Amino acid sequence: MQPKTIIDKIWEQHIVHREEGKPDLLYIDLHLVHEVTSPQAFEGLRIKNRKVRRPDLTYATVDHNVPTTKGRLITDDIAAKQMTTLQKNCDEFGIPLADIDHPDQGIVHVIGPQLGLTQPGKTIVCGDSHTSTHGAFGALAFGIGTSEVEHTLATQTLWQKRPKTLQIKVNGELGLGVTAKDLILAVIAKFGVDVGTGSVVEYTGEAIRQLSMEERMTVCNMSIEAGARAGLISPDKTTFDYLKGRKYAPDADSFDAAIERWKTLATDPGAEYDRTIEINADDVEPQVTWGTNPSMGASVSDCVPIPDHYDKKEDREAIEQALDYMGLKEGTAIKDIAVDHVFIGSCTNSRLSDLKAAAEVIIGQRVHDGVRALVVPGSNTVKEQAEALGLDKIFTDAGFEWRESGCSMCLAMNNDVVPAGGRCASTSNRNFEGRQGSGARTHLVSPAMAAAAAVAGKFVDVRQFGKVYQ
Amino acid sequence: MEPFREYKGLVYPLERTNVDTDQIIPKQFLKRIERQGFGECLFYHWRFDENGQKRAEFLLNADQYQEASILVSGHNFGCGSSREHAPWALSDFGFKVIIAPSFADIFYNNCFKNGLLPIVLNEKDVEELIQKAKSPGFNLHISLENQTVEHKDFKREFQIDPYHKEMLLNGLDEISMTLTFENQISHYEQKQLTTGW
Ligand code: SF4
Repeated sequence: MQPKTIIDKIWEQHIVHREEGKPDLLYIDLHLVHEVTSPQAFEGLRIKNRKVRRPDLTYATVDHNVPTTKGRLITDDIAAKQMTTLQKNCDEFGIPLADIDHPDQGIVHVIGPQLGLTQPGKTIVCGDSHTSTHGAFGALAFGIGTSEVEHTLATQTLWQKRPKTLQIKVNGELGLGVTAKDLILAVIAKFGVDVGTGSVVEYTGEAIRQLSMEERMTVCNMSIEAGARAGLISPDKTTFDYLKGRKYAPDADSFDAAIERWKTLATDPGAEYDRTIEINADDVEPQVTWGTNPSMGASVSDCVPIPDHYDKKEDREAIEQALDYMGLKEGTAIKDIAVDHVFIGSCTNSRLSDLKAAAEVIIGQRVHDGVRALVVPGSNTVKEQAEALGLDKIFTDAGFEWRESGCSMCLAMNNDVVPAGGRCASTSNRNFEGRQGSGARTHLVSPAMAAAAAVAGKFVDVRQFGKVYQ
Repeated sequence: MEPFREYKGLVYPLERTNVDTDQIIPKQFLKRIERQGFGECLFYHWRFDENGQKRAEFLLNADQYQEASILVSGHNFGCGSSREHAPWALSDFGFKVIIAPSFADIFYNNCFKNGLLPIVLNEKDVEELIQKAKSPGFNLHISLENQTVEHKDFKREFQIDPYHKEMLLNGLDEISMTLTFENQISHYEQKQLTTGW
């Protein structure tokens, strides 16, 4: 048999209908729903008198809008309405909902894996571009718009054009203090924000195999920032071990059979991709973005670029616009950039291991004067687990705010906003203009780098900071 | 959805690359539960200053572009989030066509569901259109049927896959169409039950 990639295998297993000159009709195994991109979809169903075909394959939570302050008091009427609308819709259409006070509530891309809903070989969609996160399990997971949310609710299928396949091979090994976040930021800095357009990425190579599930999620999460439709990693023992015993994973009786099925998914030796690009993990250093898209990044020991060093007019202009917005002078050393906000959270970096990594850096230290620092766990469960380990105490002792779970300052739809002109070291995934607040300036970093910046009041190389890495 | 066949309209040049959905429609406007009314929030932080006053330096605010309905911009247009509020805002503002050298996948897909036509032309042609559109009253004639973009001596063909073309030409309701595949969908579900996939 012709060797195949995992992407081809999952695709072919899910074709409901195929016809020359048309996209394929794909079956969807799991549809995750949240409050922001769903109201208009449910309304569409209602207008046409349609039902949700498989409420049992649909799962909802609230994350984007929710307040993360203690007591979760909602002061924004429009946001409140969006949340009650989701409750009403889930009620009416029979969809399970992890509502704001539910123990399983959290960022949709954190709870899917944590609950074991996310599994190898599944097709997973959500009205959110970071659905790519679930690809870490060897699932084909991609973001969709509201019309497709409605389409999935009504039919449990989607018309999809077969994507191209792109292998991103990561050779070597990440150094001490260099994280999955640095790796994916380095990939995007090297290859650009549209290297993956029209493609599904499979991450392969020794460095990927060595990553934990949580680290793999960080990598796959940012696939969309490389323009890819989805990103995934062939499942292996790490994947199976993670899933065992989770709430919605196959139970003990059927787990071994599931593993046998999942094992058949991994890309066959000799399978061909449309394109392959490579990067060496040994060369990756801790990363800090300096601009207004995720490819505008540098190693912590580098400097902000000088537009004149670029040949293309378009590049020069883009850099000038970005530096202007970011309030940075060309050639500034990254280590000379001072921050006044630090955000540790988001579907990229808000899992237990992320919080641990940050806590290890700041233990026994204080947040720098004038810096406001927030830790927002990705889910209620992560919060509880962190508290059981005493991480909350480490953070609050150091002067961090310890919050309830949600998207929070990643996109600042609730009250967690960086003020205009404020500068934030953020563990999230987008540094677009205004993302964390109108006029706010975002630098994307790993949790350890964010924690170190909180203490130093500026960017420092976490490898030379504190006692952890020495 | 209104069928889309021929279209003639005024061109507005947005001379930027990687225009992301956070710029097209900032998040503070995503809390609404309706589909309409997002046009006034389009490019909000570029169009308005902190006090809600129009920024004179942002071209879309200039008198000559008030009737614009075709937007031309740089590569990777619509990158970022999956929010369909982005095409809703563009279309509510009055745009019918977006021309760029490349689009982000989800945004590109979302356009068709909302009667908005995204057209890919090469970098050089887009650059030429951007320059031409800086002078007042520059119109383009778009034929979806013939897949052409035209203005006097400028005439280019564009590619579009037949499925998307069909959808726009007929203003199709995709869900109704998919529901005609009910048998195949049920059949797939049965098979999945027995094989575990
Ligand atoms: S944490 Fe940020 S990127 Fe992730 S789903 Fe929430 S808003 Fe989107």
